[in-house]
Amino acid sequence: MVAGESPARRRAVALRTAGGMPALRSARTTLATVSEPATTGSTPSSTSPLLDIRKVAKSFGKNAVLRDISLQVAEGEFLTILGESGSGKTTLLRIIAGFEAASSGEILMAGERLDNLPPYRRRVNTVFQHYALFPHLTVAQNVGYGLKVAKLPQPEISTRVQQALDMVKMAAYASAKPAKISGGQQQRIALARALVNRPRLLLLDEPLSALDASLRRQMQVELKSLQREVGISFVFVTHDQEEAMVMSDRIALLRLGELEQVASPREIYNRPATAYTAQFIGHTNLLSGEVKDGVARCHSLAWRTGLRDGPGLFSLRPENIRIAGSSSGTAIVRFRAQIMRQAFHGATELLQVECADGLVLSIRAASRESWTGDVDFEFSSADAVPVRASEKN
Amino acid sequence: MNPSEHTVPASSWMPWHAAVVFGFLYLPIVTLIVYSFNGSGVAGFPPRDLTLNWYRLLFADDAIWTSVLNSLLVALAAMAISLTFGIPAALALDRASFPGKTLFRRLVLLPLILPGIITGLSLLMLFQAGTVRLSLLTIVLGHGTALISVATTEVFAGLQKLDRAQEEASLDLGANYWQTFWRVTLPNLRLSIIGAALLIFTLSMDEIAVSFFLIGRDNTLPLEIWGRLRRGITPEINAISTIIFIFSLAAIVIWYRLRTKAETDLVL
Amino acid sequence: MFSRAYRAAITIPPLLWVAVFLLLPYALLFCYSFWSVSSSQEIVHSWTLDNYRQLVQVNVYWQTLARSMGIAARVTLFSLLLGYPLAYYLSFHAGRRKDLFYQLVVIPLWVSYLVRAYAWKTILGSDGVLNTLLQYVHLSSHPLDFLLYSPFAVVLTLTHIYTPFTFLPIYAALEHIPRNLVEASHDLGASPFQTFWRVIFPLSIPGVLAGATFAFVLSLGDFLAPLLLGGPSGIMISNIVVSLFGAAYNWPLGAAISFCMLALVLGLLFLSESLEKKWSFR
Repeated sequence: MVAGESPARRRAVALRTAGGMPALRSARTTLATVSEPATTGSTPSSTSPLLDIRKVAKSFGKNAVLRDISLQVAEGEFLTILGESGSGKTTLLRIIAGFEAASSGEILMAGERLDNLPPYRRRVNTVFQHYALFPHLTVAQNVGYGLKVAKLPQPEISTRVQQALDMVKMAAYASAKPAKISGGQQQRIALARALVNRPRLLLLDEPLSALDASLRRQMQVELKSLQREVGISFVFVTHDQEEAMVMSDRIALLRLGELEQVASPREIYNRPATAYTAQFIGHTNLLSGEVKDGVARCHSLAWRTGLRDGPGLFSLRPENIRIAGSSSGTAIVRFRAQIMRQAFHGATELLQVECADGLVLSIRAASRESWTGDVDFEFSSADAVPVRASEKN
Repeated sequence: MNPSEHTVPASSWMPWHAAVVFGFLYLPIVTLIVYSFNGSGVAGFPPRDLTLNWYRLLFADDAIWTSVLNSLLVALAAMAISLTFGIPAALALDRASFPGKTLFRRLVLLPLILPGIITGLSLLMLFQAGTVRLSLLTIVLGHGTALISVATTEVFAGLQKLDRAQEEASLDLGANYWQTFWRVTLPNLRLSIIGAALLIFTLSMDEIAVSFFLIGRDNTLPLEIWGRLRRGITPEINAISTIIFIFSLAAIVIWYRLRTKAETDLVL
Repeated sequence: MFSRAYRAAITIPPLLWVAVFLLLPYALLFCYSFWSVSSSQEIVHSWTLDNYRQLVQVNVYWQTLARSMGIAARVTLFSLLLGYPLAYYLSFHAGRRKDLFYQLVVIPLWVSYLVRAYAWKTILGSDGVLNTLLQYVHLSSHPLDFLLYSPFAVVLTLTHIYTPFTFLPIYAALEHIPRNLVEASHDLGASPFQTFWRVIFPLSIPGVLAGATFAFVLSLGDFLAPLLLGGPSGIMISNIVVSLFGAAYNWPLGAAISFCMLALVLGLLFLSESLEKKWSFR
C-alpha cells in the first residue's frame, strides 16, 4: 500500500482532501507519505514529524484534564499513549480526532494546522473502543462508508473494500450485518473501515479491551504486523502496560493530564524517569535513601551513584536481584534476607523478603521447591536507577 | 472554530422550528387560561376586563361538580380494574408461555391504538346482549378494559428493567414464588405501577369516545362539558378547563419525577 | 422457574377478562355487521351481506371514508413534519435543557383532548381570537370563514393533538442511537448532513413508522374534532357510525362500518410492524 503510487489512489486522495486543501498540496503530501521510510528507531526521525502536538491543554469547566501536552508522532511510528483511567488519554485522542476542542495549544499535521478542521476533514481515522459499526449497514457497506461519502466510483470502492477485508481476513463476512458477528470480528471490521481510507494517522481507542485474554494477545501481534505492513502511523491508547510494551515503538506515559515519560519500551522499562513510571510499568522496588559523597545509603544497603548529595529515590527491578554468587566488587551490593512470601508464576517466582533492618524487597527468581532460612542476595549498583519522585495525587 | 460543535447539522432554523411548534402546542392552552379571566367571554381580541366571574359561576354550578365526582369515582374504579388485570397480564407476557400468547398480547394492546369508538360500541353491544343497563358501572367496565393496555405496557417496561438475579437470589435464600413476588418483584415494580396508575387516572378523567356509548343517566365530566358545548359556548368552560390543566400539570410533574427517580435508583 | 399455580394466577384472570370484554364484543360486532334492522326498528338476525354492499355502493359512505383517510393522511404528514425536527433538536442540540423541553412537549398530552379541541374552536371562530387578531392588525378586513367548520379546522386540531404522539417514538428512537456512530461517521469523512441522511435517519425509521401509524389510525377514527369543528364539509367516518348508533338507528350498518375500520386498522398495524422489523437493526 505504501510503495507503488497508482493514479487511482492519487485521485482518491485528491478527492478526499479536496474539501480541506487544494489539489496541489494533496499531491505533495501523498508523495511525502510514499517517500518517507517507516521509522524503527526509538527516537523520532529527524525529518519533520507527522503529528505535532504543541502545548495542548483541556479543561472541562474547572476540571483540568490535560495540562501542557507536547508530543510528536513520526511517520510510520507505532506510538502508545498509556495511562490509568482519569489520566486524560482518551481526551487527548478525541482532541486529535476532532471530537473535542483543546482549550489551548495547537496541533499540526505535516506542518499544517489540524485542530481547526472538523473531524470529517482530517486525514485521521479512528478505531473506536466499542467499534461503532453501523448496525443498519452490512460489513462491506460499513467498510466502504468513508469511500462512499467521498463519492468515489463504485468499482473502486468495491475493489478497495475487498482488499481491506482480505487484509483483516474477513472477506467471507462481507454481506453479514454487524449484529451477527463476534466481538473480535467486529473489531477487525472497525479496523478495516478505518484503514481503507488510507489515513495518514490511525487512532485506536483501547480497541482490544473488550476481548478475552488469548484473543487479545493474538490481536496485539496482528495489529503490530499490520502496522508494519501498511506503514502508517498508529496512535494507540491503552491502560494495559504489557500491551503497550509489546506493540509500541514508543510509549507516552500519561498521568493526571501530564506526560511522565516518552520513550521506547526498553528505555522506559530500564531507565524510568519517575517513581510513578517505575511502578506503573512492571514491578519495582522503590528505595529511598540518602546520598553523600557519591554513595547512596538505604537502610543497611549502600552503593555508588553519580547523584548529587541529598535525598534520593531509586528503582530496583525484582529480576535484577539474584542469589549471591561468588564474584565480588564495589559494584555489587550484597545483603541477607529472610523469605516472607513466595508467589509461584511458573518459570519464576516472586519472593517477598525482609532484611534484618526491616527493609522489605521483592525479588524475582527462578522457581525453587522451597526456600529456607536466610538467603544471601546481591544486585549490581547500576541496576539501582535514580528516579524523580512523583507528586501524590 | 470549535470542531466539536459540528457533530450534527447545527442548522439555525431548528431552534425557530422548535419555538414555533411549542407555540402551536401551547396556543390553545394559553388562550383558554387567559380567556377564563376575560370579562367579555371567549370572543374578541385583545382580552380585557380581568375578572374571576367565570370561576365564581363555575363553583356554584352543581351539575359540573356532580360530574366531577362521578368522574373521580369512575377513574378510581377503572384504575383498580386496569391494575388488577394489567399487572398479571404484564407478568404473563414477560414470563409465561401459553397457547394463544400472541393473540393475547395483540388483544390486550389493541385498545391503545384502536379508535375509542370501536371499543365503545362493541362493549355497548355486549351490554345490550346481556341486557345490562347503562350506568356508571358500564362506564367503569369500559374504561377499565380500555386502559388495561396502559397498565400492561408500563409494568412490562418495568419488568424488562428488573434484574432477574434478584428474584433468583430470593428463591435461593428460601422464599417461595409467592413470597418472592410480594417481597422482591412487586416492590421493584412499585414505580411502574404508580406511574401506570397516574396515567390511567388521567386518561380516564378525560375519556370520551368509550364513555359516549356507555353513558347512562349520570354524566362524567367530559360528557358534561360536551353536553354544554352542544348548546353553546360559555366561558365557564374555560374556567373548568384551566383547572383541569393545572391538575394535569401536577400529575405529569409527579409522573416525570417518579420516572427519573426510577432510573436513577436503578443505577446502583 | 415458576410454579404452575403462579403461572395460572397470572395468566387466567387477564385472559378471562380480555375474552369477555374484548374478544366477545368484537365477535358481536362482527356478527351484527351481517344482520339488519327492520322497519319497526328491530334487529333482524338473518345473515346478509347487505350492509357491506351499502358501504360500497352508497356514495356518502365510501366518500366519507375516503375523505377521512385524506384527512388522516394530512394530519400524519403535518405531525411528522412538526414532530421530527423537534425530536431531532431535543435529542442532539438541546443539551442540558433536553429534559425540560421533553416535559414541555408531553404536558399538552395530559391536558384534556376535549378541552384542547374546544380551545381551537374558540380561536378559529368568526368571533374568535384569530379572526379578531387578524382584523385588529389589519391583516384581513372580515372574518375568514374557512378557519372553522371545515376540513382545515379538523386537520389543524388533529395535528395539534397528534404532534406529541409522533414526537415521542421518534425521540425515543433518536435517543437510542449511540453517539459514537455519529462520531464514527464524521471520522470517516461524512459531513453533518451526510451523517444525518446515511446514519441517523435510517436508524430513526422505526420511530417514524410507529408515530405515523399512531397518528393515522387515531385521526382516522376520530369523531370529536369533526363534530366540534368540522361542519358539514368536515364529517368523518366515525361521525356516521355515531349517528347510526344514535338517531339514525341502524346498528348493523354501523357495525359493518366499524368492522371495516377495525380491519383497516389491523391491516395498517400489520404493515407497520413488518416494515418496522425490516428497519430495525438490533
